[in-house]
Amino acid sequence: MIVIDLILRLAFWLLLAPLLPGIINKVKAWVAGRRGPPVLQLYYDLAKLWRRGVVLSNLASPAFIAGPAIGWMALTLAAMLMPLGPAGSALSFRGDVLLLIYLLALARFCTAWAAMETGSAFEGMGAAREVSYAVLAEAAIIAAVLSLSVQTGSVSLATMLSPSAGAGAVLLAAGLFVVLLAENCRVPFDDPNTHLELTMIHEAMVLDHSGPPLAAILHGASIKLLLFSALLVQAVFPMGDLEPLAAAGTLAAGVLLVTLAVGLVESLLARLAFRHVPLLLTTAFLLCLFALLVAWKGGAQ
Amino acid sequence: MSGTLNLLIGLAMGLNLLALGSSRLPSLIRAMSVQGMVLGLMPVLMEYDSLNWQVLAVTLATMVGKGVLIPNLLRRAMRAANIEREIQPFIGFIPSLLLGAGGTIAAMALARHLPLLPEHSGMLLVPGAIASVLTGFILLIGRAKAISQVCGYLILENGIYLFGLLLIHSTPLLVESGILLDITVGVFVIGIIVDRIQRAFDSLDTRKLTTLRE
Repeated sequence: MIVIDLILRLAFWLLLAPLLPGIINKVKAWVAGRRGPPVLQLYYDLAKLWRRGVVLSNLASPAFIAGPAIGWMALTLAAMLMPLGPAGSALSFRGDVLLLIYLLALARFCTAWAAMETGSAFEGMGAAREVSYAVLAEAAIIAAVLSLSVQTGSVSLATMLSPSAGAGAVLLAAGLFVVLLAENCRVPFDDPNTHLELTMIHEAMVLDHSGPPLAAILHGASIKLLLFSALLVQAVFPMGDLEPLAAAGTLAAGVLLVTLAVGLVESLLARLAFRHVPLLLTTAFLLCLFALLVAWKGGAQ
Repeated sequence: MSGTLNLLIGLAMGLNLLALGSSRLPSLIRAMSVQGMVLGLMPVLMEYDSLNWQVLAVTLATMVGKGVLIPNLLRRAMRAANIEREIQPFIGFIPSLLLGAGGTIAAMALARHLPLLPEHSGMLLVPGAIASVLTGFILLIGRAKAISQVCGYLILENGIYLFGLLLIHSTPLLVESGILLDITVGVFVIGIIVDRIQRAFDSLDTRKLTTLRE
């Protein structure tokens, strides 16, 4: 029974995740008045990449392949920790939220590590940028998690995400949305479509990857996007108070709404200049910090 | 009622941070004026039970003065001086944002230990006032352009006004309208001075005002 449950969950996360970038691209195409790539484009890309061979640099150690693989596994494990509305999570224990944060950090470390394996200057630059922005984004997400934890008096994701975030929900939603954009390398932090190496962050790190490792990186990125959308929606909406069916519907509608919002932001905003990125991330951190303050004050009264 | 007031003060605190983080002068002026209007609305909400024409007149004068008149004077001075943004502040935007946030949290913590009247203890009036005053100080100290410093001064005044609302039952509204008149005239004069500084020094950077010229 547990095995079937686990397989179903894995299938859900792995099969559904590549849909989100497709929806984002469809929204962007729709706003620009184009027909755009099909919604399932990322599935075709992944299938194509999986059949391709790998081009290996002579300098690269086995970590060049292991990095994307470990990163992908870390993200999948993190997805197993994330509760899905009424279905709960595959794995739930006290303090699992800390493991979630560390798994996300591990995935980032592995991508950056593999990026530097080839010794390419661009990839080193991309890794440096990714990691330096992650410092601020991680501070914001830790503040957000702390505010949820103070609100509910628990350190387990399932109990933390089941009530609404209370009075600070708007602050938390805004902060987490900015973190979602930053962590998933979307506009205004990074442009997933860019081909100019000097302005790239995440894309610069994966330039030298090809074939199945690149497929693992792309698939991992889409899992991460779904993970953050699910976290944002469940942190804001009171999932525990709804009927199971209504909760599942809210979760699906919320994730779709977040995806549409990402697509709209990407269509309507330009990428920020690099020196302005820390300002926006600091703002996200402060939003989450004030959500923490509201939770703390609210809890004290 | 207290919930609406707290929401408005929370909005004003958010506008403080917006003012600290924005490098463009128009958005700084907008944050300042929206904050003035939000706070101008508060006497009506606080005196909702015993509303008279004096309270309404002062509220209207505050909202028009801080929301329309002063921002327009500042925008005119900005256009005349031909500057759009703060390029090199003394305290950068991220440090000032963090300072402002730290100040806001400290104000919240401090207000819990102040001996307030029971009717004020559940409200954000005192933390909001202290946070606005601190924001005003940071802008006054940390910005180099004269217009940003004026905005800092006005945010400081908003904080003092918020503090004055604690005494709304005992201060005559004449005092409040006198202060409003003073700052309007003050900004009017500063608008003229900014124009003069611009003509004499070709810049609004207050760092250059330390040297005397013929």
